[in-house]
Amino acid sequence: MHIFANPARFVRLANKILPWAIGVLALCLPYGLYLAIVASPPDYQQGDSVRIMYIHVPSAWMAMFTYMVMASASLAAIVWRHPLALIAGKAAAPIGATFTALALITGALWGKPMWGTYWVWDGRLTSVLILFFLYLGYMAIWQAMDDEETAGRAASILALVGVVNLPIIKFSVDWWNTLHQPASVIRLDGPTIHADLLGPLLWMAVAMKAYFIIVFLWRMKLEINKRKLAVLQMSVVNAHG
Amino acid sequence: MQKGLKTRKSQRFVILVGALASLSVAIFLVLFALGGDSLSLFLQPSSVKEKQALGELKANQKFRLGGLVESGSFTRLEDGLTYTFKITDCASTINVSYKGILPDLFREGQGVVTEGALTADNIFIAETVLAKHDENYAPPGTIPVNAEACSHPATEAYSS
Repeated sequence: MHIFANPARFVRLANKILPWAIGVLALCLPYGLYLAIVASPPDYQQGDSVRIMYIHVPSAWMAMFTYMVMASASLAAIVWRHPLALIAGKAAAPIGATFTALALITGALWGKPMWGTYWVWDGRLTSVLILFFLYLGYMAIWQAMDDEETAGRAASILALVGVVNLPIIKFSVDWWNTLHQPASVIRLDGPTIHADLLGPLLWMAVAMKAYFIIVFLWRMKLEINKRKLAVLQMSVVNAHG
Repeated sequence: MQKGLKTRKSQRFVILVGALASLSVAIFLVLFALGGDSLSLFLQPSSVKEKQALGELKANQKFRLGGLVESGSFTRLEDGLTYTFKITDCASTINVSYKGILPDLFREGQGVVTEGALTADNIFIAETVLAKHDENYAPPGTIPVNAEACSHPATEAYSS
């Protein structure tokens, strides 16, 4: 764990991972989209509307996965005070917020033709909206305080408190009556999606995961460079002043 | 020095995880104390009957009713705009009347969520009807298995 706390070593590792992640994205995204839009059959009930699933479901998975990344980084930031942990949390938040917004928007566009409404206040939709607000709140706290260390720690506490929302999102469809249907892929008795529809979904999921890794590492490197630059500027000011 | 640093870190870890664990327990206790009905989007016919027996649900009181559209219960009245059907959760059934446009996914054996109120003679007058679809996705012609729904066409196709 402490090995990764060294920024120089982290950047070297990130530079090794990035080309692979870009390669995976370049392969999986076009193929996944081709399968999702062209080469997969329509659903027996929903027809071609089911193709929204190939964006909606991976986005929702990534919304929750990114939150786990952000919360783990927050835990490391508070407990071990790793300099990189705060940066990781800060880098993950806007990506997670974007995935959550994408899941909410595609869900609404899918809900209108299938359910007959863009939105209902059921357990699943409401808890995902709360996830979106948690991301916004985390980012707002970063913005609200001048001292990076204090802001980061306050935001991290919020991120950790919000973890309780993740099982609520996952099991909302089992605990309460919802308009949203129960899980189709991650369930004890195996997927209830036909293999022809599951294939493109998994390709898209891998593509989105690769996209996350790329943007996440880019954002972390950017933040490290920003801080290096600030230190350099300070030393120049000090030398001349 | 090194040891002191380590103890402080593990202390922070224990306090933080302890605080988060108790907070989570508190939140889950609240969620489950509220009960399934108050956090659920709709009531199923069985719990409607239960509430009626307890006097908690009166005529003309608005609520959402959800369940499966019973197979063979769907009829269109002569005005061409009003539909009647039965909503069932396999244990209880409620008669529903709806005047309006039905969503595309509406069909017998499929889930619906309706909003409206019961009349004095126990007919649910729905103001909105939303279609609820299940967790099965499949290409046309390969009907998947749905073990839970009692009168789901998929179950019938599978068992016959």
